Amino acid sequence: MKYYAIQLCDKGTIAVDDTILVKGAQSAAGSRILEGFKPLFSAEAVTRLEAKGYAVSGKTNVGEFGLDLVGEFSYYGENDASLKGAAASLVADGEVKAALGVDMNGATRRAAALSGVDFLKPTYGTVSRYGVISCAASGEQVGVYAADAESVCEVMSVIAGHDEKDGTSLPQESYEYSANESVSGKKVCIIKELYDKADDATKAKVDAFADSLKAQGVAVDVVSNDMFELANTAWQILMCAETCNNVSRYDGVKFGHRSSQYKNIDELYVNSRTEGFNFLTKAVILYGSDVLSKNRYKDCYDKSLRVRRVVAEKFAKACESYDAVLTPVCSASSYEAYDIHEAFGKVFSESVFTSVPNLIGTPALVSGGVQLMGKHFGESTLLSLAHSVERKGE
Amino acid sequence: MIMNYELVIGLETHVELSTESKIFCSCGGHSAAKEPNDCVCPACSGMPGMLPVMNKRVVELAVTAGLMLNCNINRYTTFDKKNYYYPDLPCAYQITQLNHPICTDGCVTLKTSGGTRDIRIKQIHMEEDAGKLVHGGNSSYVDFNRTSVPLIEIVTQPDFRSAEEVVTYLNKLKNMFRSGGISECEEGAMRCDVNISVRPEGSEEFGVRTEIKNMSSFEAIEKAIHYESQRHIDAIEYETEELVQETRRFDDASGKTFAMRNKETEADYRYFPDANLMPIIIDDEWLEQIKASKPEAVDEKAEQYREAGISDKEIDMLIANHKISKLLDDTIALGCNAKDAAAWILTDCMGILRKAKKTVNELDVTADNLAAIIKMVDGGKINRNAGKKVLIAVIEDGADPVEYCKANGLDKQVDSSAVDGIVDKVISENAQAVEDYKNGKVKALQALFGACMRELKGAGDPTVIKELLENKLK
Repeated sequence: MKYYAIQLCDKGTIAVDDTILVKGAQSAAGSRILEGFKPLFSAEAVTRLEAKGYAVSGKTNVGEFGLDLVGEFSYYGENDASLKGAAASLVADGEVKAALGVDMNGATRRAAALSGVDFLKPTYGTVSRYGVISCAASGEQVGVYAADAESVCEVMSVIAGHDEKDGTSLPQESYEYSANESVSGKKVCIIKELYDKADDATKAKVDAFADSLKAQGVAVDVVSNDMFELANTAWQILMCAETCNNVSRYDGVKFGHRSSQYKNIDELYVNSRTEGFNFLTKAVILYGSDVLSKNRYKDCYDKSLRVRRVVAEKFAKACESYDAVLTPVCSASSYEAYDIHEAFGKVFSESVFTSVPNLIGTPALVSGGVQLMGKHFGESTLLSLAHSVERKGE
Repeated sequence: MIMNYELVIGLETHVELSTESKIFCSCGGHSAAKEPNDCVCPACSGMPGMLPVMNKRVVELAVTAGLMLNCNINRYTTFDKKNYYYPDLPCAYQITQLNHPICTDGCVTLKTSGGTRDIRIKQIHMEEDAGKLVHGGNSSYVDFNRTSVPLIEIVTQPDFRSAEEVVTYLNKLKNMFRSGGISECEEGAMRCDVNISVRPEGSEEFGVRTEIKNMSSFEAIEKAIHYESQRHIDAIEYETEELVQETRRFDDASGKTFAMRNKETEADYRYFPDANLMPIIIDDEWLEQIKASKPEAVDEKAEQYREAGISDKEIDMLIANHKISKLLDDTIALGCNAKDAAAWILTDCMGILRKAKKTVNELDVTADNLAAIIKMVDGGKINRNAGKKVLIAVIEDGADPVEYCKANGLDKQVDSSAVDGIVDKVISENAQAVEDYKNGKVKALQALFGACMRELKGAGDPTVIKELLENKLK
């Protein structure tokens, strides 16, 4: 799905997920409701890359609003197997230097793990969300797919930094990322509860990664931590509520898909949205409306905000003893394991591996099919740990 | 036997703020728009990818309003989203404040025919306005010019006991906000929801409350209160109908209110915090800055003008317009006499504007220039008439007052012997007028004076000339 001709550039080409705006190119977030929507401006991350001599080579397909497992639920070519993890696959095949994706509920990280490439979900507020087709504003962040940790560093250093067009952008003007910090003597812990949820092939990947780290002088412990299920429930509640609210603007009145069948404004809304959203988005909207309703707000949304604070404290405490947390990214180790007929049932539970960084704004790096989570602004530590393992394979 | 009933009213007043741009984007306020959808950008039309960015000026004006109404200024304030579908609301949610409004617990004192009354202010919060729908033929059109224009909503406690108090309060807000540069309070820029109930005099309990939505004319508000309170009393006294808590609208043509919807079926707005806007922290430094630039309260200001000898009529004109009261204050600050400066502004400047068929807001003169003219006149460098000529040149052509005087020879120092000679010359050339004056025709002196001024080309000091003439003709 390429809308852009390849431009002359000297730094390399970048693919951009369909949840991120590129001026003049259809940006539909994989949804029929935004069919034909061509934005008037590009996302800040895209503009910064173009200004530095990178070229956008095309838009990559995503599952509708990035809500699904790995891109299987897109309006644009539902049965095309190649759509699974489109951006991650392009990077894996060496077709682009890197790709931008919005990390919101783990779809980007799962795709990177299954395609065998790196993906960094950076600290919340470091990359501008200007030009992101927003769903869960409090936890989504633009991240980078690339073949290795060094390429992630290169692209991140271009796109990160304060942007006045985004009220949640942190004040720091720029950030430096390194994959070459010394890792010897660092301490990493594996979370037993998450490790146990993965299939054998995935467990083997975690074990192999841990062995590589140990060979570099990194201490690896297995620890027990029971907060991940609770954190995931809280994030699913917040994510659904915010998504429900953010996609409510797609009503068929101003742009995107409008039903041809309506006799009044209520029918225009209902029919356009019924036709425009897929069943997963509809489920998220229903769930989100429910948790925000007067009778449920206190027990669901408000409680989740409190859980967010508790998880942030607990995670910070865990990071006092360890430099990084090592976990699986998903329970399965291949795209084939995510049968489209089972995907809907799995979509909320699979995020148990990925939701803590979204909930509390910390960074997470996928490399070698496993995930490293760190404390706020701890990207370079994660990148250096991953790089030490990647280098060993050379 | 008919009991005496007490009226209980609470008000929610929406006021459109006078800012250069909208609350969350850089589009000009809707008053700048000429055509529908003139002042619209991807942000205020709700396109994906755009994020709201807080306009600091809105916070400052809301705090200023809070200070004027003696409120607590909350140092930590946040925004929430209110969800509902309507075509004039592009995002299908309104950004407003529910959990942490910017100002709380204020008070305003009213002077009414019944004495003074204190009205408690529950809170002031900031929010964005919606757009508007224009209906034509078989279609409806959406105009987003007003979308995201900043509003403050001032919510009172149920402290009003009459329609008169309500109108007095609204007039007070209007004067305060105009003089404070908070809002122009033009037609439609101040909209009220009136919560109303009645109870037997002496009762502590509240009666069944109804809310009349969205009225902007004070006259309509007064009429609506009279109609609605009578409807409540009739319902209780004569059991004409059962009172229910509900939202109503006032129909100006019939002078009646009509039910809009029942509270039971009212939408659940599913309020929740807006994650796109970080909490706003108002620190001591910022609050002090806002306090320092806050205009004095209208009452204090009027008193200050009164003491300076400015007439009540002139004070009303000054208070009604922030621009001219600020011009006066700045001119006084530059060392000019208050009464004198007020006359220059309200008589001379306004006269020039009237002739040019311009409005007060088009007045283009700085306090520096005005003070320079006043000082030249007071210092005897030029006379009052010449001063007026300079003022016209300043207002109409943007001239520099001192330069203009030099270029047009208005500041020529005329020595007294020359004036003396001219006066003698005029007396000898106008025998008839001299004769008339000596015979008691006082007006004849004016003709002689005019002839002197013509000879001097407006340069002499009129008081000196008048004295000379009178002395010589004694």
